[in-house]
Amino acid sequence: MTLSTCLLLASALFCIGVYGLLTRRQAIAVLLAVELMANAANLVFVSFGRLRGGATGEVFALFSIAITVAEVAVGLALVLLLFRAFRDTQLSLATETKG
Amino acid sequence: MILAIGFAVLASCALVSAYFVARSEDLVHAVLWLAASLLVTAAIYAMLGASVLAGVQALVYVGGVITLMIFGLMITRRHDTAIVRAESQGIVRGGLVASALFALLAWAILATPGLDAPVDVSPLPPAELGRALVQRHVLAFEVLSVLLLAAMVGAIVIARRRDPGDEPARAPAPSPAPSSASSEVTR
Repeated sequence: MTLSTCLLLASALFCIGVYGLLTRRQAIAVLLAVELMANAANLVFVSFGRLRGGATGEVFALFSIAITVAEVAVGLALVLLLFRAFRDTQLSLATETKG
Repeated sequence: MILAIGFAVLASCALVSAYFVARSEDLVHAVLWLAASLLVTAAIYAMLGASVLAGVQALVYVGGVITLMIFGLMITRRHDTAIVRAESQGIVRGGLVASALFALLAWAILATPGLDAPVDVSPLPPAELGRALVQRHVLAFEVLSVLLLAAMVGAIVIARRRDPGDEPARAPAPSPAPSSASSEVTR
């Protein structure tokens, strides 16, 4: 198991996330795709951290997980707001919001 | 050798479940596939020797984020349908962009010298991780707690239901919104 296989796996996961981000229209489905991409980024942190030894890579991945959780909380709040305004969570509805 | 086979199995599981996250028609299934993908990633972390991180991933991501997602899904679903549809649009275009990006990344990874070094899979002692967390990276650790607090307050402010009596000057007509809102609460 070399570093490049880990990186290839992470980039494949990231690209699946990009695919979901581009094709989905439902706000929560887009959030799921963003989660996939963040997870791939964490995998890159860990793989590079293991190459160098030491704990820095894992510490970065821990911080990244915490930031992603915060992002999910705010994102779900936005989805809730969208649903309250339009009774639906299609992302295209967000273009009609004002102010 | 066994390690390589295990890694291949885990990697293909992660890829398949990630694909279904992006592709599943039912949104609840997509969330559950995301849970599977994150769990498999936790197993990969454990395989790479980052056992603490694997535990954190399983607890925080699979336990916390997935629960949050399911709650968000259930709150924002409409009651006329049994399953929550999530249709995809522009499949060809999205697939082209994603595969072009993957080709670019794969080329960059394979063309960079020195990346075929084997990774160190010896387990990192949790004590070392803890020491790094509160000694060398303590400033980032504290800033992160402030960020989490800010995100929590922000989420509450965004999702808070506005009081009807908040803006007395700008309410021209009593809309039926308050009654529907209260009926939604009781539902």
